Amino acid sequence: MGIQCKNITFGYSKDNILFENISFSVDYGERVGIVAKSGFGKSTLAKIIAGYEKPIYGEITVDGKPVSKKGYNPIQLIYQHPEKAINPMWRMEKVLLEGNVLNDYIIENLGIKREWLKRYSTELSGGELQRFSVARALCENTKFIIADEITTMLDAVTQSQIWHFLISECEKRNIGMIIVTHNMYLAEKICTRIINLEDMTFE
Amino acid sequence: MNNIPEIEIRNLSVTFNMYDRGLRQKNIKVISNLCLKAEKGEVLAVVGSSGSGKSLLAHAIMGILPKNAVVTGSMKYKGLDITEKRIKDIRGKEICLIPQSVSYLDPLMKVGNQVMIKNNKSCFEKMRKAFRRYDLCENSEKLYPFQYSGGMARRALISTAEQTEPSVIIADEPTPGLDRKMAYRTLKYFRDFADRGKAVIMITHDIDIAVEYADKISVFYGGTTLETTRAENFIKGEKYLYHPYTKALYNALPQNGFKAVKGFQPSPYEVSEGCIYFDRCDKRQEKCRGNIPVSVFDNGSCFVRCIYGHSV
Amino acid sequence: MNRRRKTIFLICFTILIIFAVFVGGAIIPETALKADFAVKNTAPSLNHIFGTDWMGRDMFLRTIKGMSTSIMIGMASSIISVIIAVLLGTLAGTLSKYTDNVVCWLIDFVMGIPHIVLLMLISFALGRGFKGVFIGIAITHWTSLARIVRGEVIQIKNEQYIKISRKMGKSSFYIMKNHIIPFVFPQAIVGGILLFPHAILHEASITFLGFGLSPESPAIGIILSESMKYILTGYWWLAFFPGLMLVIIVILFDILGENIKSLIDPYTSQE
Repeated sequence: MGIQCKNITFGYSKDNILFENISFSVDYGERVGIVAKSGFGKSTLAKIIAGYEKPIYGEITVDGKPVSKKGYNPIQLIYQHPEKAINPMWRMEKVLLEGNVLNDYIIENLGIKREWLKRYSTELSGGELQRFSVARALCENTKFIIADEITTMLDAVTQSQIWHFLISECEKRNIGMIIVTHNMYLAEKICTRIINLEDMTFE
Repeated sequence: MNNIPEIEIRNLSVTFNMYDRGLRQKNIKVISNLCLKAEKGEVLAVVGSSGSGKSLLAHAIMGILPKNAVVTGSMKYKGLDITEKRIKDIRGKEICLIPQSVSYLDPLMKVGNQVMIKNNKSCFEKMRKAFRRYDLCENSEKLYPFQYSGGMARRALISTAEQTEPSVIIADEPTPGLDRKMAYRTLKYFRDFADRGKAVIMITHDIDIAVEYADKISVFYGGTTLETTRAENFIKGEKYLYHPYTKALYNALPQNGFKAVKGFQPSPYEVSEGCIYFDRCDKRQEKCRGNIPVSVFDNGSCFVRCIYGHSV
Repeated sequence: MNRRRKTIFLICFTILIIFAVFVGGAIIPETALKADFAVKNTAPSLNHIFGTDWMGRDMFLRTIKGMSTSIMIGMASSIISVIIAVLLGTLAGTLSKYTDNVVCWLIDFVMGIPHIVLLMLISFALGRGFKGVFIGIAITHWTSLARIVRGEVIQIKNEQYIKISRKMGKSSFYIMKNHIIPFVFPQAIVGGILLFPHAILHEASITFLGFGLSPESPAIGIILSESMKYILTGYWWLAFFPGLMLVIIVILFDILGENIKSLIDPYTSQE
């Protein structure tokens, strides 16, 4: 079954519609790339699917049921800017603890150095922080991951490291992914299927 | 090369004097031994990942680093040292910085008024022309920065560079938040600007854009530039790139194999001697721990900082 | 010596002086303040550095004792103010719109009545004396701090890491305890220290006006209001030294607060 998005319409007011009638589904184990020109509202769509924003119309279901507002959301969103997504007053180990993923397996495989755990987010670089954001989203209750331009700001080597881990982990645990990126080369390399939202709007 | 580069930076280091836990102070070297040359008629792209200190390079040139930063090394504009006094005279006039985010706009001033240099007719015309070029309507001149979206603010920032006729533009991450048409227009503006015999330094994380629009690419890693090379070498292939990191970068691109090399960029908190890429390099030798020579190629316009030099 | 060391030195120094006055005042025995009409109304000298009053009591000892009472009232009421402010500010910022409205209304209500009038009313209603002044100051000074805390909470509530925390199924209580309070608390402490001078001055002023502490207790307000009767007869020291002490203590608290603030504030902490 997986995620089903039905007729999602979003705008800041009724006269100012950003996009209309977006429908698609994502199954377990799939990696769906979402492509549209910049300014289309890809990030907003990502937030809607992950429950951070409410659409004007439409609904999102996981396995046929709407996602509960309370409790752990099976759809986890990873943002583009990890420095905003991590509390600057926390040591990094607390960040992993919050996501219930402070274990050797994650730390080792994501290439997180032990000494980083004692640091604060301002003392780490973007690439290092993004590893923590990715780790935090990989709690065992996670069924889907939405990656919103998560490696855009990183260098190609770090980008490749993070994606190699994320893909192998999601394949192993049969997690479905929605990947938002503007980099077509990257989308073609990592996605099992690509959806162009611009083709979908006026059905 | 007989003509003097517009901006030449040699062995620039930026150190922050920060407090450790408690009362001890320690020095954190964010930029070390950085070399850079921006020549007339060229777009130079400085490419590196976010949070690695690229913006500080721009701030160091403009003399707008925070108080606890110490700058060493030499920075020259048209062959003369950039001193604290000199940069005050030329910044905004001869060297223009397009900053990175909305927070560089004055929140209490209408954007149109901020972009205009002086409050007179010709400046107003210039402002309006630049705004029109970047699809900012007349209404948006009268808005305050908080009423702007990220993309609009970026376009307003870019239009500031068109208000004067500087010799050098330093653009700090000019493209994120812009749609393709606007990004293209911006990059085209830089291209035309360079073609008029001026210099552009474009700081970006996006290697694809750099390859497409820049003449030269400077690879920024761990607070320094490891290699400056012609942009077309990134299309020609790995064997035209000399530094092992540049090669790794090339191979890690999704279109060229998506290969990951283990390890991390060294953070400024880990002090190391010798080559900054030592830990991850597969061709490292004992002498890499020492001083690394800079070897120059392509008539002195490009260089690589590696003991293997520009022989493959 | 770097800037942070200087700041910390200054903080320790002010704390030391304030502490000395506080403890000094507390251990002065009542017997030391007995009337001794043989030395009444003497000008400052080496024996009595602040002079003596019309009952021959040593003004230095009285002033220190009075300041000690003031500091105690100031301390207790600013601690209570901080607790009320953090609690209400955080609740207003995190819970529903309705709670926010109620808290904002309460803040406006308390703020709307002139401070000194409200203080007098509360103090009078509670039968004046120590209890009246203490409760009066504690429940009138939290408003501006609560408003600041509420603003901070509303701002931080929209941070991505808090939204993420919610999507990881964390309760409002968890978020308040782990994300919001640690962020707000240091600022509230500084706010509390900066409240201190207000509290002391208000204590002194309502006592001076006769609505506060009882006339027999050694309070700075009492000392100052008594001295008014004698100031025309040339006993200037009765008002001058106690007044000066009050100003010095108030300034010390201000220095303390501002310096702690400069350490906490990321914009100035690296200087």
